[in-house]
Amino acid sequence: MSGILVITQQKNRMSAETLAAGQQLGAALNLPVSAAVIGTSDAGEFADKKLDHIYTVDDPLLKAYTPDGYTAALEQLIRLKKPQFVLLPHTYQVRDFAPKLATRFQQVLVSDVVDFRAAPGSVVMVRQLFQGKLNADVKFGGEAPYFASLQAGAFRAENAVRADTPVSVESVPVQLDASKIRSRPEEPFREAQRAVDLTAASIIVSVGRGIREKENIPMVEELAKVMGAELAASRPICDNGWLPMERQVGSSGQTVAPKVYIAVGISGAIQHLVGMKGAKTIVAINKDANAPIFEVADYGIVGDLFEVVPALIEEVKKAKG
Amino acid sequence: MKIIVAIKQVPARDSQLRVDSAGKWIQTSGLSFEINEPDAYALEAALQLKEKNGGEVLALCAGPAGASQTIREALAKGADRALHIEDDTLNDLDTLAVSRLLAKAAAAENPDLILTGLQSDDLGYGQTGVVIAELLGMPHATLIMEVEKKDAAVRVKRELEDGWFQHVELPLPAVLTIQSGISKLRYATLMGIKRAKTKEVKRLTAADLGVELQPTITIDRVYAPVRTKQTQILEGSAKEAAAKLVEKLKFEVRVL
Ligand SMILES: Cc1cc2nc3c(=O)[nH]c(=O)nc-3n(C[C@H](O)[C@H](O)[C@H](O)COP(=O)(O)OP(=O)(O)OC[C@H]3O[C@@H](n4cnc5c(N)ncnc54)[C@H](O)[C@@H]3O)c2cc1C
Ligand SMILES: Nc1ncnc2c1ncn2[C@@H]1O[C@H](COP(=O)(O)O)[C@@H](O)[C@H]1O
Repeated sequence: MSGILVITQQKNRMSAETLAAGQQLGAALNLPVSAAVIGTSDAGEFADKKLDHIYTVDDPLLKAYTPDGYTAALEQLIRLKKPQFVLLPHTYQVRDFAPKLATRFQQVLVSDVVDFRAAPGSVVMVRQLFQGKLNADVKFGGEAPYFASLQAGAFRAENAVRADTPVSVESVPVQLDASKIRSRPEEPFREAQRAVDLTAASIIVSVGRGIREKENIPMVEELAKVMGAELAASRPICDNGWLPMERQVGSSGQTVAPKVYIAVGISGAIQHLVGMKGAKTIVAINKDANAPIFEVADYGIVGDLFEVVPALIEEVKKAKG
Repeated sequence: MKIIVAIKQVPARDSQLRVDSAGKWIQTSGLSFEINEPDAYALEAALQLKEKNGGEVLALCAGPAGASQTIREALAKGADRALHIEDDTLNDLDTLAVSRLLAKAAAAENPDLILTGLQSDDLGYGQTGVVIAELLGMPHATLIMEVEKKDAAVRVKRELEDGWFQHVELPLPAVLTIQSGISKLRYATLMGIKRAKTKEVKRLTAADLGVELQPTITIDRVYAPVRTKQTQILEGSAKEAAAKLVEKLKFEVRVL
């Protein structure tokens, strides 16, 4: 067992982040780093990165993603190349197959990793608990390979080191059996066109579960109105039907980058943060000084939103004359 | 159709969490607990499938004795029976060890469908359903928003990133991990609460199930995250803080 294998997902920007993280881990442990590209024989965007090898794993049965197909193919690749560490981007697709893949090796995927500390003989993965309120250092055990998936935005794609010599691309044949692929995936689709385009807004006022009841939403709506802002929400608000889905910000909603994002009663779970971290200025209003949202906020008000929001409406009105 | 729903009891959402003296988990005394949010949606999906197609809904929970409160709530909402794997040491385990327990208990019931939440609010591994499926040799699908029963199959709607979705058909028996928001949650009725008291809760231990409680990965240390960003906290009364914020927005950020 040796080396680090980064499993990439096509057309997903988190793959480049994972590659950069793989190179970092490789440098710390003195291990060679390779990447796997699945479902195509084109090394594509990874061909210019500093890597030991790029393995392409292609087969007609890998054209459409299925957990059975991907697990079978990657299990064969890993048994053949015997990496010590397997790193993956924590995408929805990886969430779907990587726990299954790790189980094949009697291993546990350390999922959603935000950082690591590594020296030869000692590797600690850092992941969040309680929706980002606490961190945990996690250690691998049992026999390698050790699996970890990396959280969106935790590592910087720009840090990926480029190759000075062309990387060797090796096509790895796999044996797949159509009868063992049990799920029948259909074409991905989008729901009807969104009526609200939050991406164009320069100010967004976003409301979370701190608002408690549907009846309280108009208060935040008014704040948005006096500020000339679009109204957005975290997932539970849309799940409850208090605001339409199209106003949801986050990994399963819209990704926004306004000049100002005001988070009202939002805790700051990673799935929300990935949708709004790109805002130029972030304001958080939250009664819990330890809420993870303060990790990304430029300005914070620690207090009860039911006092702060009405006061804010007044002050904005005053300022606007 | 026989449906098993895996429900986990987790600390209530707004709990003030403190790391325990060993630094390996949180202090649990004094906390209140509730059902893990996506698991409530998984239970709702199971109850609706039963209402449409007939059958039985079983709640499956591994947790300390105190988890029986969450189990009772599931029964009050309409689950027919429950399996409670009682264990106080689960926090020392990992997904694989817990999944072995859950899979073993589930297998003995020969279910057509196993539903889990997509992620737990405490550990947040987001894996248990998928690992159970692999251990039982069943097909699975994750992040499910809709379930439609077909002959010996289900057709489900999966959530993908950025507002994309996909339908997938799977033969039964299968495992689905349910995303929050799949449909509106019901409340337990008074009648339901009364009836729950008479419903069967089967208690099991790891020893009964013949599962060795051995973790593969271990949590070495739990701690408050170190803040890297300097947030300017605007102090004062609500009015003072609001005034300060407006000033910042007007003169520094220049959006007002
Ligand atoms: C695969 C996956 C995809 C997801 N996709 C998304 C997504 O796209 N978007 C998204 O938002 N989430 C998403 N989630 C859910 C996410 O993990 C969180 O559960 C969610 O963002 C929490 O929403 P919240 O912050 O509004 O609620 P909570 O976490 O309940 O936070 C409420 C906050 O309000 C504060 N509060 C309470 N009362 C007051 C008061 N009176 N005054 C001030 N503050 C108060 C509390 O301190 C707390 O911080 C996803 C989860 C998964 C697993
Ligand atoms: N101890 C447990 N008892 C019952 N169900 C569980 C338990 N742990 C995890 N689950 C189920 O697995 C899902 C995912 O958990 P996790 O993999 O920890 O994120 C949860 O939403 C539950 O449905």
